[in-house]
Amino acid sequence: MKIIVCIKQVPNTTEIKIDPVTGTLNREGAVSIMNPDDKVGLEFALCLKDAHQAHITVVSMGPPQAKKVLYEALAMGADRAMLLTDRLFAGSDSLATSLTLAGLLKTLEYDLIITGRQAIDGDTAQVGPQIAEHLDIPQISYVNSLKFEDGYFIAVRQFEDRYQTLKATAPLLVTILGDAAKPRSLHVGRLIEATETESVELKGASDIIVDTTKLGLKGSPTKVKSTWNKVVDKQKNLLEVEPREAVKAIIDTMKKRHII
Amino acid sequence: MNKDILTFIEVRDGKIQKVSLELLGAARDLADVSGGHVVAGIVGSNLSGLIEDLKTFDIDLIYSVDNSNLKYYLTDAYARAFEKIITTVNPNVILLGATSIGRDLAPRLSARLGTGLTADCTKLEIDVNGSLFMTRPAFGGNLFATIICPEHRPQMSTVRPGVMARIGANKGRLVNVIHLDVAVDKPRVEVLEEVVATQEIANIEEAKILISIGRGIGGDENLKTAQYLAGLIKGTYSCSRSLVDCGKINPDRQVGQTGKTVRPELYLALGISGAVQHLAGMEESDYIIAVNKDRTASIFSVADLGIVGDINQILPLLKEEIEKNAL
Repeated sequence: MKIIVCIKQVPNTTEIKIDPVTGTLNREGAVSIMNPDDKVGLEFALCLKDAHQAHITVVSMGPPQAKKVLYEALAMGADRAMLLTDRLFAGSDSLATSLTLAGLLKTLEYDLIITGRQAIDGDTAQVGPQIAEHLDIPQISYVNSLKFEDGYFIAVRQFEDRYQTLKATAPLLVTILGDAAKPRSLHVGRLIEATETESVELKGASDIIVDTTKLGLKGSPTKVKSTWNKVVDKQKNLLEVEPREAVKAIIDTMKKRHII
Repeated sequence: MNKDILTFIEVRDGKIQKVSLELLGAARDLADVSGGHVVAGIVGSNLSGLIEDLKTFDIDLIYSVDNSNLKYYLTDAYARAFEKIITTVNPNVILLGATSIGRDLAPRLSARLGTGLTADCTKLEIDVNGSLFMTRPAFGGNLFATIICPEHRPQMSTVRPGVMARIGANKGRLVNVIHLDVAVDKPRVEVLEEVVATQEIANIEEAKILISIGRGIGGDENLKTAQYLAGLIKGTYSCSRSLVDCGKINPDRQVGQTGKTVRPELYLALGISGAVQHLAGMEESDYIIAVNKDRTASIFSVADLGIVGDINQILPLLKEEIEKNAL
């Protein structure tokens, strides 16, 4: 079985905090990491490899420093790593990103493509299904369990209020929920070996099957018109008092608002 | 291309989902500015009753694909059916709910149509030329971005549930219904089983009063007290992600980016530090009281009343006082 896992390098947004005094973002300490949902996706691939001797290719798209997460993926047990990196890719929205990734995937063989459900920086959850459409293969998103039995993939797909057990044949794309499994640790020896041998293959726009007018910022249908940081009011009413007084303040508020 | 605004009507177990009525409300507001019709596109099986329901709302047109093979949501079949509605209507804007169904279907269709899609929008505006301004949170709610789709049509957006106001009642508008037929191929993905959650799903979005519990609540005794107090003040309890992760509270009660967005009249946060992902789900609450022992906790940045203190000391006293005062 040939599996491809798509991985994104993202800033660790969970480490970003709001300064309660200034109300601004404090990004210090936010390091780049493998997107958590993608890491769980890789774990799914590794479990299939454990059971069925699969070959796993990890692919990413980003600046050259995104190699770091691919080395990590190799150290966890992936067999091959490829990074799409080219100035032409810069500024891609989800559609342009999906076309770029699909352009590489069209040059590869696969039975199963795995992506994380969404990335923690963009939170769009769009790239996986868009890749599936470009490749004209079926998708199962929001997957929290996946098996391969008698030639079929059996996936459990989660909804807000229900789940479906689904059956499909290869080729298939699945997007994996971040809490569906606990990713294994990386193998330090393999990390050193992967890094030292520079075993990540670099691919540019000319290496993939894609209409280059649809790449990058220029090719992206959506544009960011403006961005702003969340405006947080400064602390209005912070009490540091004896517990009984604090409770009185809560009770008074509840009374005033007719809750009690 | 015309100025119409097409909304995907999400149906589960023969019921129109609330988010779809919110989308129609947003569509009506947009159409009031840009012109064009408010069009409901509904896909499923046995839809005649639901179509009658839709007619009672302030919309202009209904397109339906009603086929017994569309009983369960499956990407391929629903994409084909809704695509048929899209190509027939040829709208300027398409709205879908940012649900597990909408966020599966919308990207598939955006790729098929080769147009832009903006995920999980919390605000939509339009100008008289029909250009849509889609605002959404990013970086776990730290950053807001307004996205446009200047050169591609239709402009597509998934919209976060619970944010837009529901569509109003129909006041004498004649709503035409157009039925479309779509051949549904043998599915590439087969449903072996669909199981609706038997356990009652907590509907924290509807609660007027929420006591919300975080990691700083302390022991299980405190957890129970907080849950008990929520009942006493005729509210319910919710939580931050950490309590779900450690298995103490079910995910349906989680507030935040990966949980639910709530806007109760009172949000009492006990031992919640206020990760941005959490704040994104509750900061629109009418009134926020936060209790936390760390005076630098982010939760205080959104609190109307912040209490710096020890939950272990405050909670028993709070219980005593609420028991005394509860209506």
